[in-house]
Amino acid sequence: MTLSRRDLLKGTALAAGGTFVSALGFDLKPAYAQSRELKISGAREYKTVCPYCAVGCGTIAYVHGSGGLNTTRSVIHVEGDPDSPINGGTLCPKGASQMQLAMSPRLEHTPKYRAAGSTEWEDVDWEWAMSWFARKYKDSRDATFVERDAQGRRVNRCEGIGWVGSATVTNEDAYLITKTQRALGIVFMDHQARI
Amino acid sequence: MAASFGRGAMTNHWKDIKNADVVLVMGANPAENHPCGFKWALEARDNRGAQIVTVDPRYTRTSTVADRHLQIRPGSDIAVIGGWIHKVLEEELYHDDYVRLHTNASFIVSESYRFEDGIFAGFDEATSTYDRTQWSYERGADGFVRRDPTLEHPRCVFQLLRAHYSRYTPEVVAQIAGCSVADFEAMAEIVCSTGTADRAGTIMYAVGWTMHTVGSQIIRAAAILQLLLGNIGRPGGGINALRGHANVQGATDHAIVAASLPGYLTVPQPAQTTLAAHLAAYTPRPAVAGSVNFLSNYPRFFNSLMKAWFGDAATPANNFAYDHLGKPAGDATWLSMWDEAHQGRLEGLVALGFNTLLAGPDVPRLIRSMTNLKWKVVIDPFLHEAAEFWNAPGVDASQVQTEVLYLPAAHWIERGGSFTNSGRWAQWKEAAVDVPEGVRSDTWILSELFWRVKELYEDEGGAWHEPIRDLTWNYVNPREPSLEELAREINGYDLTTGRLLDSFAQLRDDGTTSSGNWIYAGSWTEQGNMMARRGTEDPSGLGFHHGWAFAWPLNRRVLYNRAGADANGEPWDASRAGIRWNGTRWVGDVPDFGATTRPDAAGAFIMTEEGVARLFTTGLVDGPFSEHYEPAESPTANILHERVAVNPTVRWYDGVRESLAQSTDEFPYAATVYRVVEREHFVTSHVPLLVETMPDFFVEVPHGLALEKGVVNGERVRVWSPRGEVEGVAIVTKRIKPLTVNGRTLWTIGIPVHWGFKGITTGAMANSLTPFIGDANTRCPEFKAFLVNMEPVA
Repeated sequence: MTLSRRDLLKGTALAAGGTFVSALGFDLKPAYAQSRELKISGAREYKTVCPYCAVGCGTIAYVHGSGGLNTTRSVIHVEGDPDSPINGGTLCPKGASQMQLAMSPRLEHTPKYRAAGSTEWEDVDWEWAMSWFARKYKDSRDATFVERDAQGRRVNRCEGIGWVGSATVTNEDAYLITKTQRALGIVFMDHQARI
Repeated sequence: MAASFGRGAMTNHWKDIKNADVVLVMGANPAENHPCGFKWALEARDNRGAQIVTVDPRYTRTSTVADRHLQIRPGSDIAVIGGWIHKVLEEELYHDDYVRLHTNASFIVSESYRFEDGIFAGFDEATSTYDRTQWSYERGADGFVRRDPTLEHPRCVFQLLRAHYSRYTPEVVAQIAGCSVADFEAMAEIVCSTGTADRAGTIMYAVGWTMHTVGSQIIRAAAILQLLLGNIGRPGGGINALRGHANVQGATDHAIVAASLPGYLTVPQPAQTTLAAHLAAYTPRPAVAGSVNFLSNYPRFFNSLMKAWFGDAATPANNFAYDHLGKPAGDATWLSMWDEAHQGRLEGLVALGFNTLLAGPDVPRLIRSMTNLKWKVVIDPFLHEAAEFWNAPGVDASQVQTEVLYLPAAHWIERGGSFTNSGRWAQWKEAAVDVPEGVRSDTWILSELFWRVKELYEDEGGAWHEPIRDLTWNYVNPREPSLEELAREINGYDLTTGRLLDSFAQLRDDGTTSSGNWIYAGSWTEQGNMMARRGTEDPSGLGFHHGWAFAWPLNRRVLYNRAGADANGEPWDASRAGIRWNGTRWVGDVPDFGATTRPDAAGAFIMTEEGVARLFTTGLVDGPFSEHYEPAESPTANILHERVAVNPTVRWYDGVRESLAQSTDEFPYAATVYRVVEREHFVTSHVPLLVETMPDFFVEVPHGLALEKGVVNGERVRVWSPRGEVEGVAIVTKRIKPLTVNGRTLWTIGIPVHWGFKGITTGAMANSLTPFIGDANTRCPEFKAFLVNMEPVA
């Protein structure tokens, strides 16, 4: 009979409740202890906050890789921060699966453009993308900007561009959104609090 | 809540819920949607014997651990709360000392105020708006409001309140809500039991309250109830708004919203053609002697914001660059924005971290509006439905002329910075991993957009671009400011010394201080980043944790905590002392009051010009008291005033009346949308473990209705409204019971919102069904109460 490490761990889990002597007749405790040690050994702890609801659960991300040359930092485990007075180390099903959100293969890595009437995306580079974005933005701003309203009052607003989001960004980015967009004269502006 | 207390935020915080004796959960389902916060309610039950009760159209996961549950019809919340207010007043269950000391119960209202046949004084039919001056206070020769401390004057707020809610008898409430009188009364016994000094009750609510045409007034009704019971400003009390995204609170504080600027300052209006006119409009005058009237500091906050944004270009001589701010023509919120697109007036839309398609309401209408845009930019870690609206089921992409750009943005785990939770705690987080190759941070994208537009204006000129030229940009790397630099800018500086501020008390209106958001002053001082603090001490045992993170304002953990103490500054309940006057200063939590101001020197609610909290207010557009109006799409008549069934001040966008159900024969069932623990809105459709645990879109069908319609558990069912339709697995349940509304049997159907056409599994878009209409004050759409029909799929 061949047992993989995964099977051993499964056996350990089944034997929870005080005894580590499994149906196999030998003590799995050393194997269990070693696997726990292996999982986060050498990992660095980063204190973060769960990205889902607004309870604000303290979360610890365990990360492998120094970020130095030829290394990529990678999250290998996430758990609740026991020091947090809010969640005291607990997490809900979403919070507990944060690693899959953080390291998802479904995350995108290339800007994409879809032309008028097209049925598909085409990959574009950042230079092209930002230059297109700024051009569209300025053209619409120029075309729809109202310096004085019908009553002759100075209103200096851009009526033709809307900005939405986001309740998912940090305070600092939220502030930068408001700062830049208000300076650009945007008035149609909202985020998820509204809905 | 701002209309009642002066600030629009959760009064208490998550851990404080453990101090409650009664936890009312209504318009929320925290066991499902905020599990780690809800455990403090369980802690209250386990350690204090607190009662947890739920009021909801569904028997929820929170109901399963509650002591009592009351099922009500979607949209009948004000009737139910009004019934409790009625009971508290008639049976004298209110906290008498608190009501007299800390509310405007004794204030006398002018003779012009009235309420008849569903309409308050001052209604203008042509514009569907109220002249709110008709609800003002009566003033004496000294300019201050007249008061009657005996509370007997027929026009004092207390008597008007009693008269208004005299109609909300248990029988009337039961008829509207569809429950039995006995069940209503059994719930009322618990909810109305905390009007004594030794008991505290809290309320947990979420979008189940805000997403109605009367959403703001539901919260107002709750505020009235909690003020009568003396539950505001106390540990274990409060009204707690449970937010659904990690930084809903922070994004609102920093004003990614139509009508406000950071720190709840107000966006200038066209009529305010000068800075002086703007400041005069939002700098209140005290309504009584001895009111702190803290918002009289508005000019300090506003001018300091303009200094943060426009630096040396904002001076007293040029009105602090007041003309640099755009003044909107009218409402500019979510629904109005999409209405502009619908009418073909909006050219471009930027959606950052926001699935603008699944969010709704009325997804088919949203798609039509989106196709009217010339261009759309979507900035998000995932390529989601809002970026691919042209690829939505039933849309012919070749006919959609909108150009779309998608930009892959960094994720929360790759970035530092702070999130502010529902309880106003701003918590700094560390970046755990690097921003991946090919991806850019939001900060980079925002800066790059700004710089490139600025450069285009420098090269080409164009519409008014002085503010773009003048915007401060004092960052080490101008193409990607650090989050630390931004956090310090938000906190603010003394510009004469260059030192970071400790408190907004240091702000000046003369241009010598800057602050990007005055309520965050103190979050990053010369002592460092207060949001990153990790002290776990809790000497009081009440869960304040002043050494953990930073709570705005000024690290205060319970708002309005002066009201948690009596006239002499003694806490109402010594075992749960928020703050206490020790003879020379306030001790305990950070006082929401002058630190050394004597208890009798001023009113407890420093943010209102009255110095007390408002049982009666001119702060909302649709009435000084909350009144039950039917949802825009209702299964029944309004038995309180048949001719004014729906909130008379809601905005009817073009084509919306026609898009509502015209008869209950065609659309006989009440419906509501909701969320489940395994999912969060839409992003979780990319997380395999969560998709596995909750794979398919479903419809929750009451057992009796399923029998009647031949719907089989696990088989497919079709649900439709005049806007659109969905199809999914039927979950036949006894958790939703039939109601008897105004003598008729009414069934309620529950529909979760989490699916779209881009996830690991796909499913119907629940918001295809919901109506394009919103709250009269906030324009938050009425997702929570509408009508549908249903049939089994053959």
